[in-house]
Amino acid sequence: MDIIESIERAQLRDDIPSFRAGDTVKVHYKVVEAGRERIQVFQGAVIKKQNGGIRETFTVRKMSFGVGVERTFPMHSPKVAKIEVLSRGKVRRAKLYYIREKIGKKARIKEKRF
Amino acid sequence: MKALLGKKLGMTQVFIEGDRLVPVTVVELGPCVVTQVKTEQSDGYSAIQIGFEDIPERKANKPQKGHFAKHKLSLKRYLAEIRVDDSTGYQPGAMLTAGIFEAGERADVVGVSKGKGFQGVIKRHGFSGGPAGHGSHFHRSGGSIGAAATPSRVTKGTKMAGQMGNKRITSMNLEIVRVDPEQNIVLLKGAIPGAKGSLVMLKESRKSKKE
Repeated sequence: MDIIESIERAQLRDDIPSFRAGDTVKVHYKVVEAGRERIQVFQGAVIKKQNGGIRETFTVRKMSFGVGVERTFPMHSPKVAKIEVLSRGKVRRAKLYYIREKIGKKARIKEKRF
Repeated sequence: MKALLGKKLGMTQVFIEGDRLVPVTVVELGPCVVTQVKTEQSDGYSAIQIGFEDIPERKANKPQKGHFAKHKLSLKRYLAEIRVDDSTGYQPGAMLTAGIFEAGERADVVGVSKGKGFQGVIKRHGFSGGPAGHGSHFHRSGGSIGAAATPSRVTKGTKMAGQMGNKRITSMNLEIVRVDPEQNIVLLKGAIPGAKGSLVMLKESRKSKKE
């Protein structure tokens, strides 16, 4: 196998659940505060996934006290302790940027029914 | 001084220190074989010559074959001489692997940069160029290269159009992120000169602070 590919592949995590834009996720992220490591939870809707391989990232958006907060995480970062998929969203786009302009009821994402 | 020949394989990114994703260049470093040992007695100075990458017999000419046959070595594509303080510790045929470098160490990388051909001053030296419109007639040329009767010559080193790239470049003080002696792989932080597959020489850093 190509050496560069093998270096990248060795770093990929296989414990990441599969999710898509529109899904609601709970990201457990390790943060170091005052020399101590603790887990911070960020819950919201995935509005995009971009790049691939070791460079893959995803952006989660949530409303916090009426203010929209977006946070981008590297998918394969060792600091991502766990990703929980809470619900699957029914959306027609890969990038949900339109959500930023919507408020209230219109900002909801329909849940996928199986 | 320690130095080895290698081949640039390309760039990627790796996670280090937990979460930092750093850009790295992957270099296939060695294994190099000592092909000749120069000593004070034999040559007046002490150095070793190292060879990298095997080639088939039909690729070498007679003088080259003779040089390698002297110590019954396999034919090598590249040779380089490295000055060392004391060359008596080296034997022809000795193998040098990537293990002589350590992760965390700093190194200089010598390579030949990608050739860009004959380029104008905007691409080659970053000149700003003139206005595009309003009848300007002055677009991408370099402008004045000096005064007239005094000094009636062009100052040496004036930036002008010409060959860009395809030139020996040394990138200094690069951090070695990882060393894998089994696979002969070294990861260097940042970019290094040259195209993928081109020959590079990794040297002990000249400028980094010694602890």
